[in-house]
Amino acid sequence: MADKPLKRTNLYDWHVAHGGRMVPFAGWEMPVQYPTGPKEEHRITRTAAGLFDIDHMAQFSVSGPDAEAYLNYMTTWDTTLMAVNDAHYALLCYADGTLVDDIYLYRLPNRWFVALNASNREKDLAWMQAHTTGFDVTVTDVSDETYMLALQGPKAMEILQKVTEVSLASVPRFTIAEGEVAGIPTLISRTGYTGEDGVELFFDAGRAVEMWETLVEVGEPLGLHPIGLAARDSLRFEPSFPLYGHEISASVTPIEARLGWVVKLNKPFIGRDVLLKQKLEGVEKLLVGFEMVDKAVPREHYPVAINGGIVGEVVTGIYAPTVEKFAGHAYVPAQYAKSGTPIQIVIRGKMKEAVIIRRPFYRPAYK
Amino acid sequence: MNVDQNAKFMESHEWARKEGDVFVIGISDHAQDALSDVVFVELPAVGDTVTKGEVFGVVESVKAASDLYAPVSGEVVAVNEALEDSPEIINNDAFGEGWLIKVAPSNPAEWDELMTPDAYAAANA
Repeated sequence: MADKPLKRTNLYDWHVAHGGRMVPFAGWEMPVQYPTGPKEEHRITRTAAGLFDIDHMAQFSVSGPDAEAYLNYMTTWDTTLMAVNDAHYALLCYADGTLVDDIYLYRLPNRWFVALNASNREKDLAWMQAHTTGFDVTVTDVSDETYMLALQGPKAMEILQKVTEVSLASVPRFTIAEGEVAGIPTLISRTGYTGEDGVELFFDAGRAVEMWETLVEVGEPLGLHPIGLAARDSLRFEPSFPLYGHEISASVTPIEARLGWVVKLNKPFIGRDVLLKQKLEGVEKLLVGFEMVDKAVPREHYPVAINGGIVGEVVTGIYAPTVEKFAGHAYVPAQYAKSGTPIQIVIRGKMKEAVIIRRPFYRPAYK
Repeated sequence: MNVDQNAKFMESHEWARKEGDVFVIGISDHAQDALSDVVFVELPAVGDTVTKGEVFGVVESVKAASDLYAPVSGEVVAVNEALEDSPEIINNDAFGEGWLIKVAPSNPAEWDELMTPDAYAAANA
């Protein structure tokens, strides 16, 4: 992957012109921050509205008479529970229960739509297309022609309502609607990955600049600001949303990652046997949240110790701006995964005290 | 570029400025901008000694931890306590309120060897 040239979204020039600091991410050149800085961008999203270019993310269309049954077999969620226009978080697992990816499912009137992680796009497509045997279904990668951006924060719906005829009051959380936004045919999904209310928008990639500039123009008087990847990371961390390659990967299962709530064991799906066994018999390691007791910044891959012995490592380490804590996620042996357990994070060779605390650090505003 | 004309610089972006018998040490405005939001600073204690070119502390931004290298050798005579609770002062005023430590030099001539403001600015243009 390192040899491939980095891809640019259609908003690349806009980001650069507005001081976006471009960095490599999942094969793309994306803004890690604007001149505002990540702490302020985080605060703006929690208190007003943030606009995120997330076009690096992948989208697949799944169509055919067996689409529901196929996705029910491929993912941990029960797709038969989803009504038309429902949106739901779901997981793709390998047969050994470890994670291929975490995804979002959307049931549209005539097809299903799936949003996936940029870094897993080719792998996910190959995985999904390799398992269509026996299902009358077509899985198509529509990432290139589909633009994806997110509008998140307490002012997001008010801003969006200014540029759409769709009555957003009739689009509840975790549903999707089709309509025009800024005159552009758009899938409006009342979802997001920040812990705030808001939407993710899917539309013709050729109209990205037009959509973005319209939202900036109508949103700025209400405090809207573009947000980079650094704030996106702290915003998703505080409500304990996992990020593939960090909390979750092909070396952990949903049960270990505390994602059992997305796993419906009462139906067959790839990975079910292992997950059922883990649910019944328990697991050896578990994801925990922790905060620092000693003042220090935990970082990904720092060793985690209990009573001085190394037992695991940090998978996300961060300064969490809303809760004003140095905090993180780590895997520890299951017997220690209790809130209140003292742990140590090894930071530059020194044991720094931390404590396991209840997740999430920040309760999503829409709950 | 915002460069303190009274300071001299390390290539690694620390500055030192003579104030009476001591040197005030910090990181440059250019460095704080590149680091972005500083969230934590680890500094030596008063009475510790620092050695020119060696690590004396760490500055942590949202995204990374960066070592701090001493521009001059000597004994730490003051530490900027305000940074403990408000490390963002470094972002707001890198050459002023955002200073890190003050050092009584063991060899004041070391300061003369540092980069001039113009040379530092040119190297980071």
